[in-house]
Amino acid sequence: MFKPGKKIEFKSAKEIPLTPMSLGDMTHNYTGSWRNLRPEIDYDRCIDCMICWKFCPEPAIFIENDRPKIDYYFCKGCGICVQECPVKCIAFEEEGK
Amino acid sequence: MKKVLMGNHAISYGATLSRVQVIAAYPITPQTQVVELLSEIVANGELDAEFIKVESEHSAMAACIGASAAGARAFTATSSQGLLLMHEVLHWASRARLPIVMANINRAISPGWTIWTDQNDSLSQRDTGWMQIYTADNQEVLDSIIIGYKVAEKVSIPLMIVLDAFVLSHTYEPVDVPDQEKIDKFLPPYKPKIKLDPEDPHAFGGLTAPNIYMEFQYNHQQAMMEAKKIINEVGKEYGDITGRYYQNLSPYKVDDAEYVVITTGTISKTTNIVVDKLRDSGVKIGNLRIRTLRPFPSEEIYEQLKGKKKVFVIDRNISFGNTGIFFQEVKASLYNTDIRVPIFGFVTGLGGRDVTPELIEEIVNIGIKNEKPEEEVIWMGVKK
Repeated sequence: MFKPGKKIEFKSAKEIPLTPMSLGDMTHNYTGSWRNLRPEIDYDRCIDCMICWKFCPEPAIFIENDRPKIDYYFCKGCGICVQECPVKCIAFEEEGK
Repeated sequence: MKKVLMGNHAISYGATLSRVQVIAAYPITPQTQVVELLSEIVANGELDAEFIKVESEHSAMAACIGASAAGARAFTATSSQGLLLMHEVLHWASRARLPIVMANINRAISPGWTIWTDQNDSLSQRDTGWMQIYTADNQEVLDSIIIGYKVAEKVSIPLMIVLDAFVLSHTYEPVDVPDQEKIDKFLPPYKPKIKLDPEDPHAFGGLTAPNIYMEFQYNHQQAMMEAKKIINEVGKEYGDITGRYYQNLSPYKVDDAEYVVITTGTISKTTNIVVDKLRDSGVKIGNLRIRTLRPFPSEEIYEQLKGKKKVFVIDRNISFGNTGIFFQEVKASLYNTDIRVPIFGFVTGLGGRDVTPELIEEIVNIGIKNEKPEEEVIWMGVKK
């Protein structure tokens, strides 16, 4: 499952590359904090079709024990899974409620 | 080998000798022959390069950026409105620190619709982070392209070679085209410091937050200041193999002069004739040609102007609402020094109007006669 990467920090102009470029991965960057609406799967109704997993653009849905699971560290709450779920088992709840 | 070449073809030969690998260009008068000849050279198999036809100058520079980022030696050429259309991507090329070399043929800006020379096109790109070299004859044009790649690749900053429309671009002069072997030794294949590489993937130019953006700008500026020295060093190295030395400044009879005319481009060659004539009648005058606008060789200009009585700057350009642009640059660079002599700013030759020896002599006479300039901008040869 999720393992955050190391954030690269530069202390001075001497350390930086010639031009802005990616040097590590972005797993330290928890884009899940951007989320206003939180998708939640009702596993009693979920048929494990994995359509949500296929459609998630981030991808913030992974498969664990043959079931889809949402990674809230990175889910931005776009709602595509909510829209695409054929049995409508993903609910969209307001964050902070 | 000596050839009789127009300025535009001198550029093409310079690029060919530099073994450029990607050429992306869009035709515009007076630049067209540059890429016409290059396309023939590539089609004949004399140069192993990709020639990319594009739909605009913006795309031409964008293609050069992609090629350079992938590690290729990239070249383009343009002029006037074409250069202006490139403006946005010029910034991208320099801030991405890509050593692209381009030729810009100075053509005035429209309207009124024009194809003749003045410097406002390249000068309006002054702050794009590119180096800019202003040339004065076709030999210098060819040599400067080759030197340009070596300088650009050393400091990782793109470089623009600038020449006057028609006065150079379409005028034939004898030009020594150096042997490829000699140039290969001087300019080995480009070894990029960083590049787009599937074996070592990175994304370039991504989001750069306030906590680190400024450090990239600082490094760019440091590299630019370093380039002042590099341009002179590489110019000397080139001179040692060809006998033709190029520096940031090209002084003519300045050493013992009391009065100095500051010029750029082909006007400086005409000014040398005037200097000789006035010297014959006992006027101690010299001509200081500025080749490098960016980085601006302030310290060297100070050394040249130390102890002089008066300075006359001739600008073939105008910054509306202020003065000629080289005049501003020279004045600003001297402000924190002990030089406190009158500096006169003349604007002339816009839109390709001839700048004759008589006109330059008139400029010098105005400067010598008047204690200090009566106007901030002295327009010469204008029907007021």
